[in-house]
Amino acid sequence: MQGILLAIVLVLLVIGAVVLTMSGALWLPTLASNWGAIDNMLVITLIVTGIAFVVLNLILAYIVFRYRARDGQKAAFFAENHRLERNLILVTALGIIVMLGPGLFVYSEFIHPPQNALVIEVLGQQWRWSFRYPGTDGKLGRTDPKLFAQNAVGIDITDPVAQDDVVVHGPLHLPLNRPIIIKLRSKDVLHSFYVPEFRAKMDAVPGMVTRLWFTPTKTGTFDLLCAELCGTAHFQMRSKVIVESPEEFERWLQAQPTVAQTIKK
Amino acid sequence: MPHAASHTTEEHHEPTGFWSRYIFSQDHKVIAIQYTITALVVGFVGLFLSWLMRLQLGFPGEFNFINPNNYLQFMTQHGMIMVVYLLTAILLGGFGNYLIPLMIGTRDMAFPFLNMLSYWIYLVSVILLLAAFFVPGGPTGAGWTLYPPQSVLPNASPGADWGIRLLILSLAVFVASGTMGGLNYVTTVLQLRTRGMTLMRMPLSVWGIFIASILALLAFPALFVGGVMLLLDSLFGTSFFIPVVNVLGQQLGREGGNPILFQHLFWYFGHPEVYIVILPAMGIVSDLLSTHARKPIFGYKAMVISIAAIAAIGFIVWAHHMFVSGMNPYFGFWFAIATVIIAIPSAVKTYNWLLTLWKGNLHLNTPMLFALGFVSTFIIGGLTGLFLGNVIADVPLHDTYFVTGHFHLVMGVSAIFGIFGGLYHWFPKAVGRMYSEALGKLHFWVTFVGSYLIFFPMFGEGFLGLPRRYFSFKGIESFSPIIHDLNVFITIVALAVGAAQLLFVFNLIWGAWKGRKAEANPWRATTLEWQTPTTPPPHGNWGAQLPVVHRWPYDYSLPDAPQDYIPQTTSQRS
Repeated sequence: MQGILLAIVLVLLVIGAVVLTMSGALWLPTLASNWGAIDNMLVITLIVTGIAFVVLNLILAYIVFRYRARDGQKAAFFAENHRLERNLILVTALGIIVMLGPGLFVYSEFIHPPQNALVIEVLGQQWRWSFRYPGTDGKLGRTDPKLFAQNAVGIDITDPVAQDDVVVHGPLHLPLNRPIIIKLRSKDVLHSFYVPEFRAKMDAVPGMVTRLWFTPTKTGTFDLLCAELCGTAHFQMRSKVIVESPEEFERWLQAQPTVAQTIKK
Repeated sequence: MPHAASHTTEEHHEPTGFWSRYIFSQDHKVIAIQYTITALVVGFVGLFLSWLMRLQLGFPGEFNFINPNNYLQFMTQHGMIMVVYLLTAILLGGFGNYLIPLMIGTRDMAFPFLNMLSYWIYLVSVILLLAAFFVPGGPTGAGWTLYPPQSVLPNASPGADWGIRLLILSLAVFVASGTMGGLNYVTTVLQLRTRGMTLMRMPLSVWGIFIASILALLAFPALFVGGVMLLLDSLFGTSFFIPVVNVLGQQLGREGGNPILFQHLFWYFGHPEVYIVILPAMGIVSDLLSTHARKPIFGYKAMVISIAAIAAIGFIVWAHHMFVSGMNPYFGFWFAIATVIIAIPSAVKTYNWLLTLWKGNLHLNTPMLFALGFVSTFIIGGLTGLFLGNVIADVPLHDTYFVTGHFHLVMGVSAIFGIFGGLYHWFPKAVGRMYSEALGKLHFWVTFVGSYLIFFPMFGEGFLGLPRRYFSFKGIESFSPIIHDLNVFITIVALAVGAAQLLFVFNLIWGAWKGRKAEANPWRATTLEWQTPTTPPPHGNWGAQLPVVHRWPYDYSLPDAPQDYIPQTTSQRS
């Protein structure tokens, strides 16, 4: 009775998992960046682990059904089979290589941003995001965490390069189809830059600059969330990301006041 | 004293008073039960906290006493309680204490006094832990990972003053207790095995606990060191982990610390900690499967080697918890490779469990059902780990509900299934009475099906992008409405599964009080603990003569044998 029941539950588990996955109801949000390769990695991993999940659970279901104790049944005695063990290890290793190989390849891309990328600084603090764009000189001015005492973004106002920088407190405007390097800073505690549609994610750590890169490939508005617990209002630390055509982006950027105009020396 | 006349010199003198027998006892069996009861009680606190979290997630806004602050405090305490004060304590302090001396055939631990001290110090750590609910500001809400700066900077997170300090103190005391226990378990296994009990004749339960104890001795010091520095950062304004920061408009006079350093220290402990919990559970499950399937464990040697391999590799994978922490990105390559390599010994164990069951004669009683439940939840828990270990696949899923689902199934549910199975299995020996099989099965079914219904949908939530440690998802437009329905569903199941744990408590209490008298060896098992002269075993365990071991622990269903099991004490010829 217990054996039949357990076998049924395990089979239902497998069917439920497969149906749920195939239905697509619980799948990634529509991709809006260049990181299709990450999605592919998730699919490869899902296929390899999915096969293992289905096969192992069905074997377990078969075992509890077939070998449940019944009158006159005796267990067999065998305790080793080196060839079988070796083959199972080989199959497992193969499955792992299929996932790990391409995974490391994609990761290598992930940590090597392209040369021509637009560099934008994102600053996290409890509990909001700020964004800094380089001005016409294409360079971001110097910052120092000690300067947070002087201005909200810790920027060195005496640095000539900083003068034409643009600071906004949201939303984050991005041009379509141009690689973006996000340089992350934090003013206080850990935060994490996370836009589900972009797939990429990186922590902001006070005292250092971290970075990630992606290329927006879809226009529209997306939610920017904080993915690293940062205190009471962590769940409300949100902003919007607006991806627009390069022309619209340039027009928007030109219309913003520069650091020289907004921050007193 | 029935066998006073045959006392041998090595036998302990049996204490006679109530206090020395049941309270300040040095008997490993009493200490084991003390550990078990304490851990279960504190575990129920952890369970209750998870209910509060689920109420908020399922019915946001309905329960006004839950706010963003205490939500984080419930979450942090839930995590810490379950991982350290329940799972670690019950598996090493509870099962380790009960099983090691009985399974290797000795009268007690190598250092019985230290053993007693270990329990009482553990109790102090539990009291310190729970005391945090009653100090100004309440317990810390920085997450069980305690990441600085938010965990220690004033106003940066709830409980950032007294809450965090009490917790660190409690952890330091726990480490002291765990060290006393761990030294004892390792020494006892190495020094006090009875005649014939070679290392390769030890049951896998002992192997799991033995290796986990070594892990604990090597891993906990990292937590201790990290904790001490964190405490200094909190109490005296030092800057081990705090760089120049500006909290809520205030520039703090800190400089030169690195928050990521703490993460390395924490996970250097935190990852082996996962194996400290899961290796004993694996060992227990192996023994349960073999006994109740009436079949020898398949590939015993491979099982032992896998335990050791998982433990060894487990020390060089810690930064896979930190793939997007901002550490040097090149670390990702190494930690991904090492991490997925662990999948091989883990897979070997899973295959060998299935092959142990293959062509067996499965007695599907409560301990066996929980052991089978472990195998199933470990499969899904382990496989989902391959997403998170493979660095680039971790990036989108990191800090989402996918992670929550993964670690709950692989180290929460699996470990607790090993514990439930073990408690039912050894209950007749420890108490001398039987629990109710019907209630036990009901407990299993609700918990098994419920656990899947709670945690499986979380994988989907993670794919949808739902971040973990969120008080509420209101106002995030990109999340489809399905998430709300899922959260309601998960909450209802979680409440039911939580309530079903009362069946377990009732069953144990009723069984110990009114249960049918247990036979000495109700499962017809081979290992030494079932061959004691009386049940429960007396002080000193073995009466006059220590048992002598003649064979490995898995002689089930030997062809041509009169019974389907041969105890380890039976000589090869007979």
